[in-house]
Amino acid sequence: MKYSAFSIFKQALSGNKGWTPAWREPEPKSHYDVIIVGGGGHGLAAAYYLAKNHGITNVAVLEKGYLGSGNVGRNTTIVRANYLLEGNEPFYSHSLRLWEGLEQELNFNAMMSQRGVINLFHSDGQRDAYARRGNAMRLAGEDAELLGREEVRELVPYLDFDNPRFPVHGGLMQRRGGTARHDGVAWGYARGADSRGVDLIQNCEVTGIRREGGRVVGVETSRGFIGCNKLGLAAAGNSGRVAQMAGMRLPVESQVLQAFVSEGLKPFIDQVVTFGAALFYMSQSDKGGLVFGGSLDLYNSYAQRGNLATVESVMEAACAMVPSVSRVKVLRAWGGVMDMSMDGSPIIDKTPVEDLYLNCGWCYGGFKATPASGWCFAHLLATGETHELAKAFRLDRFTHGRQIDETGHGAQANLH
Amino acid sequence: MASLITCPHCGVRPKEEFTIRGDASPVRPAPAAEFAAWDEYVHIRDNVRGVMKEHWQHSGGCRRWLVVERDTFTHDVHGVTDAADFTKARAGKPAKAEKPAKAGKGRAKA
Repeated sequence: MKYSAFSIFKQALSGNKGWTPAWREPEPKSHYDVIIVGGGGHGLAAAYYLAKNHGITNVAVLEKGYLGSGNVGRNTTIVRANYLLEGNEPFYSHSLRLWEGLEQELNFNAMMSQRGVINLFHSDGQRDAYARRGNAMRLAGEDAELLGREEVRELVPYLDFDNPRFPVHGGLMQRRGGTARHDGVAWGYARGADSRGVDLIQNCEVTGIRREGGRVVGVETSRGFIGCNKLGLAAAGNSGRVAQMAGMRLPVESQVLQAFVSEGLKPFIDQVVTFGAALFYMSQSDKGGLVFGGSLDLYNSYAQRGNLATVESVMEAACAMVPSVSRVKVLRAWGGVMDMSMDGSPIIDKTPVEDLYLNCGWCYGGFKATPASGWCFAHLLATGETHELAKAFRLDRFTHGRQIDETGHGAQANLH
Repeated sequence: MASLITCPHCGVRPKEEFTIRGDASPVRPAPAAEFAAWDEYVHIRDNVRGVMKEHWQHSGGCRRWLVVERDTFTHDVHGVTDAADFTKARAGKPAKAEKPAKAGKGRAKA
C-alpha cells in the first residue's frame, strides 16, 4: 500500500481500519537466486538495492529473530561521514548522500535530521589532528568546518569549557551529519524490498551452509533447507559463527557496546556532540531523551548486555562534558554485539568459498554505513565484482598489509 | 559479567582491578615461521561463542598475567590460572605452582 497524504486522510475518515501490514510474511521457497543472512539494516538495504539497482528480485532475507532486532535497533542513530583515510571517506560520503535522499526514495519517514555533528578537541595536538581530518574530508568532497572555542560556545553553550584538565578549544563540525530514526530505516528498507518481491523470512535461523564441490548451494535453517545460487552474509556480531559454518575464520572479534537513553527533557542539545577527552557521544532524540554511548566493554561477548563498570565510566564522561546532566535520570541501557575487525574498518568482499559473499566488520560504526553498505553489497552479489567505493574493504587486506586503520591501534580488535 | 575474579595469587578481587587483553588461545609462532602462520596468529580469531580463554592482567594487584576462562554468552567465569602455568600446561610440561588455580566461586557469577 502506498503511503501518502491522501491515504492518511482516507484512513482517518474510515477509522484507520484499512492499513495493511508493511510487508508480507511469506513461507520460504525451495530455491532463491540470492539469499542474504541477516535481516538487519545492511541485509535489508542489500536486498532492496539488489531489487532496485540490479533487477534481482528472487531474493530472500533470512532473519533469526524479527527484522531489525539486532544492531540496527540498538545503536545511537548517528549519521556522519567524517573519516580520515582514503579507503573509508568516499564510501561514507556516498552513504551520507544516500541518507539525504532516503526518505523520498523509500517513501518512509526515517526522521533523518541533519543537525550537525561536532567533535570537540581539548588540546593543540587534537586540534591539528582534527584540522587534518577536516581537510581530508573536504578533499573527498565532504563538508567540514573547524570551529574555534567561541564558535562552539555559541552552538553548545552548556559544555564545561573551562574544565581544568580538558578545556574545550574548539570542534570539528560536519553540518550535514546528524541522526536518523534507526528502526525506521530498517522498516523502510524492508517495506521497499518486500514491495519489489523480496521474501523477508523472520524467525528463520541459519544452522548450516551446504556446499557441493566447493560451491555454496544453500543453507540449512530452522525452517528447513533453502537452496540458492549466491549467499550473502550480513550477520554483524554473529558473522564469525555463520562464517564458521562455511569453514572460515575471520579477522573479527565480537564485543559488546552499550548505549543509553535518559528521561525526556526539553530541547537542550541541538547537535550530535562528541567528547575529545574520552570516547563519548551524545544527542537528543525528538522525544526529548538524551541518547548517548561510550566505548566498548572491552571483552569478547555475544550477550546483548554490558557491565556496570562501563556504565559508570560513560556517565563520568557525560558529566565531564556537560556537567548539567549530572541529575538527569537514565531510563534505559542496552548492549549490542559488535563485529570488531582487526583494523576497525569493514569487509565487503568475496570469500575463498565460491558464491559466498561477506559483509561484516562494521565495529561500532555500522549504522551510518547502512545505505552504502547495502548499495555496495548488492553490487557485489549481483555482478561478482567489488564496487569501486568498497574496493579497499577486502577480506585479505590484513595478509597484504593494506589495513585501513583510522586509529592506528593495530591488530587489537577492542581498541578500534 | 562476574564482578569478582579469583586471582590465583591475591584471592577474590573486584573485576575493575584487571585489564583484559583478549583471546589467549592463539599460539605465538617461532620468529622464523612461515608468513601465513604469523598472519593467522596476528589477525584471525576463533571468536568463540561459549567458553573462551582470555589473557587478563591483574594490573591493580600483583600485575601477573592470568588466563581467565569465561563464557562469552553467559559471562560466567569458570576458572583463573597464572599465564605461565597455562603456557606450560599447553606445552605439555607440568606446572610449577603447587596449588591448582581455583575456579570462580558462586559469588563470582555474572
